[in-house]
Amino acid sequence: MKYVCTICGWVYDPAVGDPDGGIAAGTEFKDIPEDWECPVCGASKDDFEPES
Amino acid sequence: MRPVEIKEGIHWVGAVDWNCRNFHGYALSSKGTTYNAFYIDDDKKVLVDTVPAAFESQFLCSVSNLTELEKIDYIVVNHLEPDHSGCLARMVELCKPEKIFISPMGAKALKTFFDCEDWPIVVANSGDEISLGKKTLRFYETKMLHWPDNMFTFIPEAKMLISSDAFGQNWATSERFVDEVSKEKVSDLMAQYYANIVNPYSSKVLKTLEFFGELNLDIDMLCPDHGLIFRGEDVGFALGKYAEYAAQKTTNKAVIFYDTMWKSTENMAIAIASGIADEGVSVRLMNVKANHHSDVMSEVFDAGAVIIGSPTHNNGILPGMADVLTYVKGLRPQNKIGACFGSFGWSGECVKILKDWLEKMNMDIIEPNIKVKNRPNHKSFEECYELGREIAKAVKAKNA
Repeated sequence: MKYVCTICGWVYDPAVGDPDGGIAAGTEFKDIPEDWECPVCGASKDDFEPES
Repeated sequence: MRPVEIKEGIHWVGAVDWNCRNFHGYALSSKGTTYNAFYIDDDKKVLVDTVPAAFESQFLCSVSNLTELEKIDYIVVNHLEPDHSGCLARMVELCKPEKIFISPMGAKALKTFFDCEDWPIVVANSGDEISLGKKTLRFYETKMLHWPDNMFTFIPEAKMLISSDAFGQNWATSERFVDEVSKEKVSDLMAQYYANIVNPYSSKVLKTLEFFGELNLDIDMLCPDHGLIFRGEDVGFALGKYAEYAAQKTTNKAVIFYDTMWKSTENMAIAIASGIADEGVSVRLMNVKANHHSDVMSEVFDAGAVIIGSPTHNNGILPGMADVLTYVKGLRPQNKIGACFGSFGWSGECVKILKDWLEKMNMDIIEPNIKVKNRPNHKSFEECYELGREIAKAVKAKNA
């Protein structure tokens, strides 16, 4: 499932991951480390919501 | 300053801050700045943004030159930072507007800035329009340019886009338009503003430019909230500059910034700079005690390589370096080559700490990182010089 940053709208797509942030493609959102930050606005993982 | 009619029925009602030297407390604004706000006179009368609270009396006077305040029907809040919303509560009290338009993220944040439970807030979603009679206001959400709440307001009949903090420059002038001043100065100040304020959101800038490119809006006036207004051909100039900045391409330039205690680290910096220059790459040598972090960032912005140096101090680095590194990292420079160096007296953690900063900024690190005990000698100067040459070669290869 994709997750959206509620601060800036950036979408986390598990198929793509966040290679620049050290998250490999194929990583589910729940498996991302808690200290990971949104690559656009720097918001924390808590600020993300499942994409509706 | 008195109001200036910039389009038929649309007036600049901002304030010129001739004495501002420190923009928002973190970036330099050596030429002052302006806070642009706009008044639209139509069947419905509209105020777009305000100015900082310190300029409230000027602002009230300026707007009152054009209308009685209670006749203002709508207030548009493109951005909540206090340099644009500093007079908002006062204007709501005096104008008693029928509607206050604000972005969805702005509406959420508004209540954390103001006691606004009884304000007539209308959440403007991207693309929403409101007719004023002859003219229309259309709102576009522009999240993270450069706060979550930022919004653009477009007036199609006037071909005018009010772009909030995007496209700004810090320059206090009596002129209102870019074509009345030196384009070269505007260009320099736009780059300085972008490097220090917008750079972390470059990916958003690219998406926004793409979005507006697809909309193909007819824009012949682009009005940022700081500095001069672009009109005619200058609109394309501004859009082109932002596409260039957001791409974060680097030039054949290296920046060495460093702090020094007894000149050992400084002398190493000079030797590295000689090696870089001898390979034909331009180099800026910046002692952080002589250069504000904002000026350092303006040079780092388009540099191909960033080389950092500090002596070891109490098992760490000097505080001046920690200041600049914290600032520069926060602005997320991309596509840089990095290298580090430093001197030490007894323990020598400096280079390890500096390398860690470079890694956190995803720089491609050129080794060796040079560490010298107490005072550089002929051999260590040779090593510094050679490191400089290697850095320059890497910069040239990168930009080839």
